[in-house]
Amino acid sequence: MTAARTLPLGTWLRVFARLFAVQGGYNYEVMIGNGIAYAAEPAFRLLPGGRDGAAYHAALARHSRYFNSHPYLAALAVGALVRAELDGEDPARIERFRTACCGPLGAAGDRLIWAGWLPFCSALGLLAFGAGLRAAGVVAVFVGVFNLGHIALRAWGLRAGYREGLQVAAALASPLLRKSPLHVARGTALVAGAALPLVLQRLGAVREWGATSLVVELALATALAAGLARWQGRIDGWRVGVGLLVIFVLYSVVR
Amino acid sequence: MIELTTLAGITLLGAVLGLDMVSFPQAMLSRPIVGSTLAGALCGNTAAGLLVGILLECFALETMPFGASRYPEWGPASVAAGVLAAVPAGTDGSSRIAPFAVLAGLAAAMLAGRTLVWLRQFNAREAARHRDAIAAGDASAIVGLQWTGIIVDFGRAGAVTALLVVVLVPVRNMVLAQSGAGGATAVLFAAVVSVGVGGGAFWKVVHNTRGYGWWMLAGLLMGLGVMVAR
Repeated sequence: MTAARTLPLGTWLRVFARLFAVQGGYNYEVMIGNGIAYAAEPAFRLLPGGRDGAAYHAALARHSRYFNSHPYLAALAVGALVRAELDGEDPARIERFRTACCGPLGAAGDRLIWAGWLPFCSALGLLAFGAGLRAAGVVAVFVGVFNLGHIALRAWGLRAGYREGLQVAAALASPLLRKSPLHVARGTALVAGAALPLVLQRLGAVREWGATSLVVELALATALAAGLARWQGRIDGWRVGVGLLVIFVLYSVVR
Repeated sequence: MIELTTLAGITLLGAVLGLDMVSFPQAMLSRPIVGSTLAGALCGNTAAGLLVGILLECFALETMPFGASRYPEWGPASVAAGVLAAVPAGTDGSSRIAPFAVLAGLAAAMLAGRTLVWLRQFNAREAARHRDAIAAGDASAIVGLQWTGIIVDFGRAGAVTALLVVVLVPVRNMVLAQSGAGGATAVLFAAVVSVGVGGGAFWKVVHNTRGYGWWMLAGLLMGLGVMVAR
């Protein structure tokens, strides 16, 4: 593989900014396919002939077809596809790559973000609340920490994708994607364990019945959580929660 | 009652947060912990918004947007729930209405999720309308489709937020007028249910991780230690 040509800073920034809108045209026909073409378009202007060239239009047409992946890790695909087009790779090979990388990028992103980083940051936000931070502090902890990871992941993905080109499978095997879900999950378990009792304690600040009731509340919440964990797959926690809240609201209104 | 200027601000907030959920920039501003708190701040009662945001966040952990699954739309729903808790309601009104605000937020998230499906169907129709231009690599068609989706999503989220607030605030006032529950009881009930659901959701996320139980136990002991030390 030849060394990647250096992209102008303005092109990098335009592609990177457009990655945040990669799902803007999301639909059930091509999923984020149009978004991939939209994000990569500033880099395709560097193809022979510029915006009027056949290569530019052919690349845009190719990349606006069906594509699906986790939106954050779409950066990895966009980087790789930009590199492939600028290197003049065989279109058939590019097409095979697009088809092959949808599944792995979706699965890796779901595991890393939706089942990892987001729950961890939610737990951190809850812990910040339980620790007594004011509203601005709670929001800043949640939004700030989440987006440190979010923006860094998109930037890493774009760089790694462009560096590796169609050999980007090596980037998918990087420690960031392989090992971090494990560490994040452990962190989530630790932070969530600490956060939930503290949340109950702070919400109980309006309590009129003293410390005994906090023990009862903790026991009830733990029993509910344990029950939901025990029957996972058979019942959805939110449905149970909704049912309990409906009963409470109706009871408080009709009694 | 909500003043028109406040309603306009709430609608704008809902539009921005709804846009964040899928189209741009997915910075998780649409999560209840953020949306309800900001809505509370707009209505002059940040603490009430935060309270409902924390409770709803525990539920939101149950419904992550895996793959191409259909999921609740938290942006406008979080804003509406925050408004329900934060609009002035006399002594301990915000606490008394907390379970209803959470319930309404959950129902609103499910309904708003349906409008995301409509948006995607609209985007598909737009894509079909410009199919030839897109297939020819016409940049203006590709950029136009993307921007149309973003603008329509912004309008959708704003309209959903305004509708939710206009419909739910009078219902909330009726519930508040009829409810015999005290503020402390209402908050505690909602807190126990939400923390229980949140605990179950966290367990789902981490239970395939080796040694997760020890990590959770260590966290629990730390949390209980802090509780006792206070």
